[in-house]
This record gives sequence, structure tokens and C-alpha cells, in this order.
Amino acid sequence: MCGIVGLFLKDKSLEPQLGALLSDMLITMTDRGPDSAGIAIYGGTRDGLAKITVQSADPDQDFAGLQEKLKEASGGEATVEIKSTHAVISLPAARVDAVREALATVAPNLRVMGAGESVEIYKEVGLPKEVVERFGVRSMSGSHGIGHTRMATESAVTTLGAHPFSTGADQCLVHNGSLSNHNNLRRTLRKKGMRFETENDSEVAAAYLTAEMNTGKDLGEALEGALDDLDGFFTFVVGTKSGFGVVRDPIACKPAVMAETDQYVAFGSEYRALVNLPGIETARVWEPEPATVYFWDHEKAAA
Amino acid sequence: MPVFDLTATPLREFNQALHDVKSGANDTAFEVVNPRGHHSVAVGIDAPVVVDVRGSVGYYCAGMNDGGTVTVHGSAGPGVAENMMSGTVVIEGDASQYAGATGRGGLLVIKGNAASRCGISMKGIDIVVHGSIGHMSAFMAQSGNLVVLGDAGEALGDSLYEARLFVRGSVKSLGADCIEKEMRPEHIEVLSGLLEKAGVTDVKPEEFKRYGSARKLYTFNIDNADAY
Repeated sequence: MCGIVGLFLKDKSLEPQLGALLSDMLITMTDRGPDSAGIAIYGGTRDGLAKITVQSADPDQDFAGLQEKLKEASGGEATVEIKSTHAVISLPAARVDAVREALATVAPNLRVMGAGESVEIYKEVGLPKEVVERFGVRSMSGSHGIGHTRMATESAVTTLGAHPFSTGADQCLVHNGSLSNHNNLRRTLRKKGMRFETENDSEVAAAYLTAEMNTGKDLGEALEGALDDLDGFFTFVVGTKSGFGVVRDPIACKPAVMAETDQYVAFGSEYRALVNLPGIETARVWEPEPATVYFWDHEKAAA
Repeated sequence: MPVFDLTATPLREFNQALHDVKSGANDTAFEVVNPRGHHSVAVGIDAPVVVDVRGSVGYYCAGMNDGGTVTVHGSAGPGVAENMMSGTVVIEGDASQYAGATGRGGLLVIKGNAASRCGISMKGIDIVVHGSIGHMSAFMAQSGNLVVLGDAGEALGDSLYEARLFVRGSVKSLGADCIEKEMRPEHIEVLSGLLEKAGVTDVKPEEFKRYGSARKLYTFNIDNADAY
């Protein structure tokens, strides 16, 4: 099963409510997967600043003095905000690579959940309600976000096996389904220089899209490629810094419902996830077609 | 008429009320408000009750219906009217995957579009879709009639047995062993009756094409062993 949700706001006045709306959508999907839950929030960018979300199995130990330990690599400009088992390191964008490298030495037990100018990623074993509360997701604002509640099939129930998966700056993916060619594809992508944290099939899908976008494709084009190159069952919801995409495999047995109004585009595994959204009664509600890429972009809309 | 608000009343209470209707009772009409995508609304009806659902429902609405009349004034999630035995189910909006799957009798009318696998493994149900249907519809359909006023997606009627498929618009592709067949007077008659029952007045049965089984797949022939 698995439950996935996504919300892409067109109306800026809704941005302060993004965390709350997305939390409710995800909690409604709890009975589709109780193993782990995660959420990615695109909280907007600040000029020249970037964020790295890290996770620890022993936060008291690992986060103690982290800001100090990163002083050299960050030029003293990193700040660390601890949220339960996760911490968000804010720093100048130019220092991201140096700090990621330093993390491996000064805090080798930390796992990087994601990095970029806008995205923050929170995921843990447990129910959506617990995960959302633990990280204070409700109070977060942002322009778009995606969430996942997992019923594990292809790899272990661990924090790293939870979705969303992030394999590139400001990119993340949630997946309902199972891929059958992920081992082969992982080998191919490793040769192209992609790094993998897990044996999970969905991480391969995320890395595939990252590798495609690294060649200059936009998210929509990368998703078109996924239809040819990924084998198996999938409904994907994908976020980039300014974009939001949805694609289903040609068989399309994994459920999907979308809704669009002047204020937002929303995705849910089921209609139930969408019923609390403002104006849903008059929204255009439809089931995304099989093997069809749906793609929205804040920057392209503005251009 | 009892009204059940599913934000206030547990679903089981409503479904139980449908079962508590005594044989010969006059008060058999029910209304459901705020279904909000709930699963299994009005499943297992076994009496001639009338249910109006004001809003959209989730999985398996009106599943196993035996004699009831259920109208969803909204859209339906996967598996609407799955395994219907008799009665009528009307969806005013769209229906998701496998609408009317394995149905043995009764009439399912979808006024919008139906997604993939509509009428999969149908066994006697009649399905009338005012809009279009998705891929793999009527897969392994055994008997009954599927009527589509719009278009059909890929692999219509794959591995079909004896169900009759009538499509007015285009068919993206036919599945294995499904072929177009001649519209004879008896088919026009069946189709007219179904269109009338489904409240379709502005469409003539002559506008449809009929599809059925070539009967080469399900009657196993030793000469075809190489093909399997």
C-alpha cells in the first residue's frame, strides 16, 4: 500500500498553512502504511543561504557542540537548529560541500536527509501523527511539500528506508509501489557517480531523476524518461526547489487522485486525503492518467 | 427518511441500519451526507433499499449490492459496486479503477468517466458509462454487457469470455482474443433496453460498435499450444 500526499501552493496567502494542511493530509492516510512517515517542506529560499537536514540515532550525543565542530568548514557561519532526532544546519550556500565533507569526520554517525536552498526533510519510524508532532511540522510554512506513510515491501523498516528520498539539492521523491529493475539501475547510476545510502528501490528512482536532471533536463523531462527506464509499479510525487511533479506507471494500479483550484494543486493516494483542503467542493478533481507526466513549476509559472 | 452524517455517525452503524430494514417495510429510503471519501459506504445491501449519498466516496462503495438502489451524488473510488448481485448503482461523477468488477447482476451507471479495469471479470452485470473508460477494461469478462458512450483505453476485452462490449467512440486497442463483431438486430435490441434503463435518451444504438470474444483463447486448442 503506502500513502502519499503532495501540495503545491499557487496562492501565497496559504503558505503559512502549508505544514498544517500537509500534516492533516498525511495523517488521514495513516491506515495505508504504519511503518514510517516522512515529510519534505519547501520553506522558501533566502539569498545565498542553504540548509542541510541531518538525522541522528543518538541526538543528545551527536548534536552536542555540532555548530562549534562545523566552525572551520562553515567559516563560522553555520547555525544548528535541533528538532528531536533531526537538526537543520543553515549556512552559506557556498559552504555546503565543505560542511558535508566535514560532517563525515566530525559527526560520522549523522545521516544527511537532504540539502538545498529550500527543502527540509523529516522522517522517522512511526505513525504520521507522531512524526508530524515530533518535528513540529504543523507550524511550518512553505510553497510546496510532499509526504509519505510507508508500508514496507522492498527494504527494512528504518529511518533511512523511510520516504521522502533526496538524492540531489532540493530534490525529493515519494513512491507508492515497487520497482523490479532497481538493482541493475543502481549499478548503472553508481557508475555515473550517484551515491546510495540504502538498498531501497525508491531511492534508486530518486537518484535516477537526479542523474537525469544533472544532464540539464527539467523535472518534467526527467519523469518522461522514468516511464521508459523504470520497471515496476509506481506512483511518484516529486519535488524540486520550484517544481512539483506526478507520474504513474502504465499499468497504474497504485491509486492517485488530484485536485486543482486557483489556490493549489494537491495530490493524494485517496480522495480522503483531500477533503479538508479549502475549496475542495468546487475543485477540479481527477485521477491522473497512466504513463502521463504532470508537472507544475513556480518559476515557469512566473516567467 | 433517516439521514446519516458520516462525520458524526460511525459507518458500521449506517451499514447495519441498511440490514435492519424488515422485509415489507415502507421506510426504505436513506440519505448519507459528508461521506468525505469514506470506504465501504453501503456495502452488503441485501434488501430493496434506496440510498442517496451526497458527496464522493472511497473504496468499494455499494459492494456486493443485492437489490438496493444506490446513487452517489459525487465520484467513487476504486471498486465501486464490486461483485454486485442485483439492483442499481448510479455514480453521478467519475469512478476510479475496477468499477463493477466481478459483478454478477444488476445495473451500474457511471455518468462521468471510469478509470482502468472497468468491468474486469464481470459475470452478468450490466455497466453503462456515459463518458470514457480506461485501459484493460472488461479483462476476462465472462458475461453481461458493458456499454461505453465515449472511448475505450488500451487492451479492451483482453482474454474475453462471453461478455458483450458496446463502444460508441474510439477503442485505443483491443486485448488478446477480442474482436469487433457484427451488430445484429438482437444486439440493437439489448443495447436500446440498456440505454433506456440508464437514462440515455440522445444516443442511438446504431452509433455503437460491438466487440466480443474470438473464442480462440478460452477454448483451449492443442494446435495452439505453441502460442501459450
